[in-house]
Amino acid sequence: MIAIIDYGLGNLGSVKNTLDKLGVDSVISKSKKDIEKADGLILPGVGSARQGMENLKNRKLDKILVNEIKKGKPFLGICLGMQLLFSESKEGNSKCLNVIEGTVKEFSSEVKVPQIGWNMVEQKTESELFKNIPRNSSFYFVNSFYCLPDDKSLIFGETEYGVNFCSILIKENIVATQFHPEKSGQVGRQFIKNFIKLI
Amino acid sequence: MITKRIIPCLDMTEGKVVKGIQFVNFRDAGDPVTLAKKYDEQGADELVFLDITATTENRNILLDVVRRTAKNVSIPFSVGGGIRSVEDMRLVLENGADKVAVNTGAFNNPGLIADCANYFGRQCVILSLDARQIKKGRWNVFINGGKTDTGVSAVEWAKKAVLLGAGEILLTSIDTDGMKKGFDVELTKLISKNVNVPIIASGGAGKIEDFYEIFKKGKADAALAASLFHFGELTINQVKNYLKNRDIPVRSI
Repeated sequence: MIAIIDYGLGNLGSVKNTLDKLGVDSVISKSKKDIEKADGLILPGVGSARQGMENLKNRKLDKILVNEIKKGKPFLGICLGMQLLFSESKEGNSKCLNVIEGTVKEFSSEVKVPQIGWNMVEQKTESELFKNIPRNSSFYFVNSFYCLPDDKSLIFGETEYGVNFCSILIKENIVATQFHPEKSGQVGRQFIKNFIKLI
Repeated sequence: MITKRIIPCLDMTEGKVVKGIQFVNFRDAGDPVTLAKKYDEQGADELVFLDITATTENRNILLDVVRRTAKNVSIPFSVGGGIRSVEDMRLVLENGADKVAVNTGAFNNPGLIADCANYFGRQCVILSLDARQIKKGRWNVFINGGKTDTGVSAVEWAKKAVLLGAGEILLTSIDTDGMKKGFDVELTKLISKNVNVPIIASGGAGKIEDFYEIFKKGKADAALAASLFHFGELTINQVKNYLKNRDIPVRSI
């Protein structure tokens, strides 16, 4: 059972639809019990970091998620769900969950912001997560901010948008993507399938 | 490198896809969800649904289409038509749409853009702007399905809407819509130059070269077309292969 974290932000239904198509049992939930019981967690999300943190705190989900991550539970953070894992975000100068050291910064105004559309992910390191995904496939992005992990060895995928930024990060039991695999057609579905297989 | 998007547009009324010429004379093009699935499989980058009548009765039919589309397609889709409040927008998003386009409702009440952007994030809010050229170098915003000239310059409204929180602009030229003589390159370039959000060019795609032209000269980030795809004159793949061979970055599947 996968728990998709409900914190009032983002299109949770599309993650659930993808898991349904893959035949994976899942629940959209904000209950401590479901989250502790789940075999894996997915934190989706669109919207602002400030609102995201506020919603997690109001639902007392911040501490629960950090605990589960520290216990080693497989975790997938998507888009804002990736950014919230960092120490802090420049978006509203928000303190985030701090399970990954680093910061979240805005794209420069030399490119159109937000970035909206399909962009190529360059795989930096081999991983089971890329199984059956052609090299340099494009995934769907919607973001104004991007993550800068202090430890560059965590960067598994990189994408160019004015700068080269971290589009896939892996740290032990944590997988995080700046793109939306649940909106990225066949390759996105395969990515989620690969994540599920690692559980 | 980010790719240029090809977006089929599904203009709907009473649960069916229709296509008009210069916003009138509509012709039936079939079931929206069947078409949506087909376009997803063919490599469309995104889909847009526009409810062109937007009556209360149509609203429920539309929400049903949104729900079924969300279950059946694996690419992002936007919905527009008759969005007048945050509540209208919430319903569409909750039923599975990724983005919502506001047009007349936002022009009459610009605060709607700010409210929607604050609630859902600006990446969810598309300004749908219908423009018509009134003299050389000047385009006005038209509302109410292209029927009413607001007297306001398209450039000024685009800039204001972006400041308020629109994350993207769906720019339709009423002059070129349905004429199949090419997109409005001049208008698109003008708007694209004046705002720093992605521009979806719409209206007038008639042949494969038009797509190249709107990306190369019009500086569009995405191109939208309806009848060309609905009536099978071109496939998404043909358009993408053509662009790829001319060094326009596109996603291939």
